[in-house]
Amino acid sequence: MSQVIRVEQLVKRYADLMAVDGISFSINQGCCFGLLGPNGAGKTTTIEMMEGIIPVTSGNIFYDDQPLNNNTSQHIGIQFQHTALQDFLTVQETLTLFASFYHKVMDINELISVCDLGDFLTRDNRLLSGGQRQRLLLALALINDPDIIFLDEPTTGLDPQARRNFWQLIKNIKQRNKTIILTTHYMDEAEQLCDEVAIMNNGKIIEQGVPQALLRQHFQAVFIYLPREQVADVLIAQNSWQILGDRVEILSENVEQTLAMLMSQHVSLTGLHVNSANLDDLFLKLTGHSIRD
Amino acid sequence: MNINRFVAVFKARNIEFFRDRAALSWNLIFPVLLLVGFSFIFSGDGRATFKIGVIDLPTQSAPFLQIKHIEFVNYQKLEQAQLKLSQHSIDLLIDFSEHRYWVNEQSANSYLVEKIFLATQSGFQRLVMQGKQIRYVDWVLPGILAMNMMFSSLFGVGYVIVRYRKNSVLKRLKATPLSAFEFISAQVLSRLFIVMFMSSVVYIGCNFLFHFYMLGSYFNLLLVGLLGSFCLICLGLLIASRSKSEELVGGLLNLISWPMMMLSGVWFSLEGAPSWLKTAAEFLPLTHIVTAARQIITEGATLSQISYHLTVLSIMSAVFLLAGSYLFSWNTER
Repeated sequence: MSQVIRVEQLVKRYADLMAVDGISFSINQGCCFGLLGPNGAGKTTTIEMMEGIIPVTSGNIFYDDQPLNNNTSQHIGIQFQHTALQDFLTVQETLTLFASFYHKVMDINELISVCDLGDFLTRDNRLLSGGQRQRLLLALALINDPDIIFLDEPTTGLDPQARRNFWQLIKNIKQRNKTIILTTHYMDEAEQLCDEVAIMNNGKIIEQGVPQALLRQHFQAVFIYLPREQVADVLIAQNSWQILGDRVEILSENVEQTLAMLMSQHVSLTGLHVNSANLDDLFLKLTGHSIRD
Repeated sequence: MNINRFVAVFKARNIEFFRDRAALSWNLIFPVLLLVGFSFIFSGDGRATFKIGVIDLPTQSAPFLQIKHIEFVNYQKLEQAQLKLSQHSIDLLIDFSEHRYWVNEQSANSYLVEKIFLATQSGFQRLVMQGKQIRYVDWVLPGILAMNMMFSSLFGVGYVIVRYRKNSVLKRLKATPLSAFEFISAQVLSRLFIVMFMSSVVYIGCNFLFHFYMLGSYFNLLLVGLLGSFCLICLGLLIASRSKSEELVGGLLNLISWPMMMLSGVWFSLEGAPSWLKTAAEFLPLTHIVTAARQIITEGATLSQISYHLTVLSIMSAVFLLAGSYLFSWNTER
C-alpha cells in the first residue's frame, strides 16, 4: 500500500493556546484513519490544516509527496463539523452548485443513490433532518469523486439509528478504495470504521496504531461481570475483585480458567457478562481521565 | 476565473433572493408605499400667489409689475426660465424688452395669469410652451428609487456575506476550488441584477399610477442606476470584507446609510443648505446618484452634463472595490 498523506511536525499556535503541538503521521492509500480524542484535543484544527482551510504555524503536509497546494482541493472531499448550506436552495440545486466547482464530477445519480438522497431531493436545505443533512454534506464531500475524504465528527448529534445508517454509508465508500480521515470522540465509531487510529490529547498524539493491536498491547485481560448477590463476599475479598454497583468486576487474563474456577466454587453464572477492553478504556488508561470528561 | 463556477454561484444567489418572499415583498412594497404616501401628502398646491418669470426684472418698470398677489421672479437666461414655465414652476414668462411672453397651455394657472396680464398690457407677441407639471412625487422619485437601491445593495451584499462567514457557508466554499474573485464577482453581479430588476419593476409599475415626468433618456437613467448600485454594492463589500459579527456590520451599514438617506437630497433639495453640509454631501455616493438621476428626469440632462457625477461614482467604485478585495477574508480561523 502506498503512502498518500504525510504530516511532519505540524504545529498550530493561537495567541493563547497551543492547539496542535508538533504531530507527525502518515496515511496509506485505502486506509480509514481515525483521529480520536475529547473535544478540544486539536483534531479539527489538525484536519483543517491538512485541508488547507487554515494556515499552519509550522510543519509540512504532503499529498503523494507533493506539498499542499491550490490544486489539492480538486482531489479531496471535505465534510465539516458545522456547515450551514445556502438557504432557499433545494438538495438537488445544492448538488448542482457544488458540482460546478470541480473539473471531475461524480455521476449525480450515482451520488444520490450512494448517499441515499432520493427521498428529499426537492426539499429546501433548511427543512432537512439531522441525518438527511449529514448525508447531503457527505454527498458534497464526495461530489468531485475524491481519492481522499475528510469527515469531521460526521455522526455527532445523530440518533443511534441514523448513526448506524451513516456508518454503513462510510463502509460502502471504503469499499471503493478511498482513503478516509475521520475525527470522532465516539470510540465505538472508531472501532467500527477505522483501520488505524491516532489518539490525541492536548494537541499531541499520545498513541497510534491499529485499534485491535493497541488494545492487545495495553490490555491483556478481559472484564467479566457477575451480579453482586451471586458471588460470596469471601470470594470477592480473596481475589480482591472490584464491586461496581450491583455487579462484581473480575479482571481475567484467561477466561476459561476463571470460568472453571467460578464453577468449581458453585457460583451461578446466570447474568454473566464478558467485556473486552475498548478504546474508551484505552483512553482512560493513557490519560487518567475518561474521554467524556 | 472559471465561468461555470461564476454562473453557478450567480444563479444560486438569485434563486435565494427570489425565494425569500419576505425580503422580496419588502423590496417592492417599501418604495411604492413611500411614493404613494408622498403623492398624497404633497398633492395640494401649497402656493398662495401666482409666480411670473421676468427676464431682467430689476431693469423693468412696467405697470403690470405693480399688481398685488403676484410674485415676480428674475431670470437672466431665457432657456432656464422656459424650462421652469414648462414644468409649472412659474405660471407665465415675460420678456418686456422684446415685447413677447410665453404661456403654458397645459397649466390652468398660466391661463388665468395671461388674462390678468392682457388686461394691463397690450402689444405683446404671444408664444406657447408645452409641458407637464413637475409634482413633488416626480421630484422625489429618483431619491426614493436610489435610497431603495442603497439599502438593497449595502445590506443585500454586506449583511449576507457576514452571515455566510459566520455560519461557515464561506468556509465550505473555500474548501472547494472556487476562488474569492469568482465568489465576489458573482455576488456583485447577482445583486446588481436584482437591484436593477426590482427598481425597474417599481418604476414601471408606479408609472401606471403616477405617469412620471421624464424629460431625459431612459438609457441614461439606466446607466446612472447601474453605476450607482455598483458603487453601493462595492461599499457593502468593503464593509463586510472581514468581520464575522452581524451586529458590528449591521451597525456600520446603518452608520453609513442614515447620513446618506438624510443628506443626499433624497427628500429635499440641498440648494439652501450651509456650504459645509453641501461639501460633506459630495462625499456620499447617493448624492451623486440622486442628483444625476434628477437632472436627467427633470432637466433632460445629457451624459456630458452629468459627467462630473459619473466620474465621481466611478472613482468611488474603484476605491471601494480595490480596498474591499484587498481586505477580503474567508475568515475561517476561529
